[in-house]
Amino acid sequence: MPKMTLTEKILCRKSGRAEVRPGENVWVNVDVLMTHDVCGPGTIGVFRREFGKEARVWDPNRVVLIPDHYIFTTDSLANRNVDILREFAKEQGIRYFYDVIDDSEGRWRYKAEKGPFKRQYGSRYAGVCHSALPEHGHTRPGEVLLGTDSHTCTAGAFNEFATGIGNTDAGFVLGTGRILLRIPPTLRFLLDGELPSGVMAKDVILHIIGMIGFDGATYKAMEYGGEGVGGLTMDDRMTIANMAIEAGGKNGIFPCDEATVAFVRERTEAEGTVSEFEPVEQDLGAPVEAEYRIDLSELEPLVALHPNPGNRRKAREVTDIKIDRAYIGSCTGGKTSDFLAFARIVKGKEVKVPTFGVPATPRVVEELQRAQLGEKTVWEILEESGVRMTENASCAACLGGPEDSFGRLNSPMTCISATNRNFPGRMGHRDSRVILASPATVAASALAGHIADPRD
Amino acid sequence: MKRTHRIKGPAFVVGDNIDTDQIIPAKYLNLVPTIPKEYEELGRYALAGLPGEECFVPEGADKTPYSVIVAGKNFGCGSSREHAPIALGAAGCSVVVARSFARIFYRNCIATGEIIPVEPSGELPRIQTGDEVTIDLDENKMIYEKDGTIVSLMPLGEALPVLDAGGIFNYARQHGFLG
Repeated sequence: MPKMTLTEKILCRKSGRAEVRPGENVWVNVDVLMTHDVCGPGTIGVFRREFGKEARVWDPNRVVLIPDHYIFTTDSLANRNVDILREFAKEQGIRYFYDVIDDSEGRWRYKAEKGPFKRQYGSRYAGVCHSALPEHGHTRPGEVLLGTDSHTCTAGAFNEFATGIGNTDAGFVLGTGRILLRIPPTLRFLLDGELPSGVMAKDVILHIIGMIGFDGATYKAMEYGGEGVGGLTMDDRMTIANMAIEAGGKNGIFPCDEATVAFVRERTEAEGTVSEFEPVEQDLGAPVEAEYRIDLSELEPLVALHPNPGNRRKAREVTDIKIDRAYIGSCTGGKTSDFLAFARIVKGKEVKVPTFGVPATPRVVEELQRAQLGEKTVWEILEESGVRMTENASCAACLGGPEDSFGRLNSPMTCISATNRNFPGRMGHRDSRVILASPATVAASALAGHIADPRD
Repeated sequence: MKRTHRIKGPAFVVGDNIDTDQIIPAKYLNLVPTIPKEYEELGRYALAGLPGEECFVPEGADKTPYSVIVAGKNFGCGSSREHAPIALGAAGCSVVVARSFARIFYRNCIATGEIIPVEPSGELPRIQTGDEVTIDLDENKMIYEKDGTIVSLMPLGEALPVLDAGGIFNYARQHGFLG
């Protein structure tokens, strides 16, 4: 067997080839297709238009529908889009539909009069898709996961090939279970050492994007390896894989180790999803386009300034930049570990700017309301420090969204955010500015009213 | 129906790194592109996220007067929203000439057949918004009509027959990949 990268090994296996090389186009069998409320209705529209009104999806147990983007809004079209997913799930017998409401005959309507803070979802709701997929046992080593969302690459943390596609490609997959993919060349990142205190996984990926440029991995796979990987939690790996797209990458991918297997076993068994999987083993001798070594112990807290994720600075060097708002949430920075890092810094203190917290999933809400830091729960600590915490887990203001989205930047202002993207107008108003940082750096900055290093 | 390989019209000129939020701001993603009325509406908001005064689609109009966009590098970076090439196509634009494209946007252009994404093989002349250009896909060139400057374009290669077919579904049917 020729030496291949992780991405090549998976696409080789799933295309039935003996060998694949970068640049080749291959038909790949898809293990899981995920879509959500923003791209799902269009994907379903393509599927019906092309395969006919009576058509059936290729495998109803491999299609995962996760409403998560525009949920807690009075926008009637956005509410309707959740209903379109429900009708499709019912018609096709799709098992993994994480509906906002429990009534399968009902219609989703957000009630603004109840306020934005208390939960308005039912027992099946799963929250932000990229966090919900692993929580609910849909990410497995060695598989191919496609999603109608650019941050689908998050699942590369679990040693699988995961990438974002458009509605038309997704409609094709819905009908056939297959997709034509080009084998991407690989950039390999070898991580050494351990992250120092105050430095988070987000800093690792901001460092890498700053180093190679925010189009530096366009069309390419970003493969991680080295001893440093073992010291990263699954949450850390998800944060790093999540932002592959912010370097233009096709996917980010990690080797499989005991932590991966333990996580996937636990989640797939608890959720009753497919629990068998076959990891791909990393071959560091496989040829790659470029290889980089990064000593994690030398990294410092970073920010990416407006207007792109490659605009990297050390937090300590830009403390003169004032902020109007702080935000923690999303598939990048809305995990339990992200809020814990935030809470440790703001505990017993008060934020100086309006600060919004949106957990990625209902499970994160539960964990934060249960976990204690000293006498109080993490949730209480956050609220007492002035963070506006909502139980309504969703993408919320990370991508702007409808004007009543929780935390949206509705006027020209500067927000420091634990999210993933900071192109002009990303979080709302066209002339607003977003600074990307780790949850710890966002917390320190929220306390200071300007960019701050969490170690200071 | 064979797609025309020669497109002539006024160009709309933008810089580097025009991301999908600038092409179609997220607040319009409540619109579903396969619903005809909402497809048309997406066209009205094409490039509505561009900072500055210049409008790709004039206020109150349904369509753009610009059939070609001339852009810098990394056009279409960011999200996988297919609404982006669809909004441009629905507005009446047919070609984007960019120094480089982000991957998912490029693929969505071809899969939908909405937009022809081409890259120049050399430097672009100093074009201003409103200047007439001609794109010739058979000869892989762009002609700047003001002074006749010719810019070579990289061949579309395997993507051209998909665009000619009108997107991946027609292409797949023609080649027996779909029943």
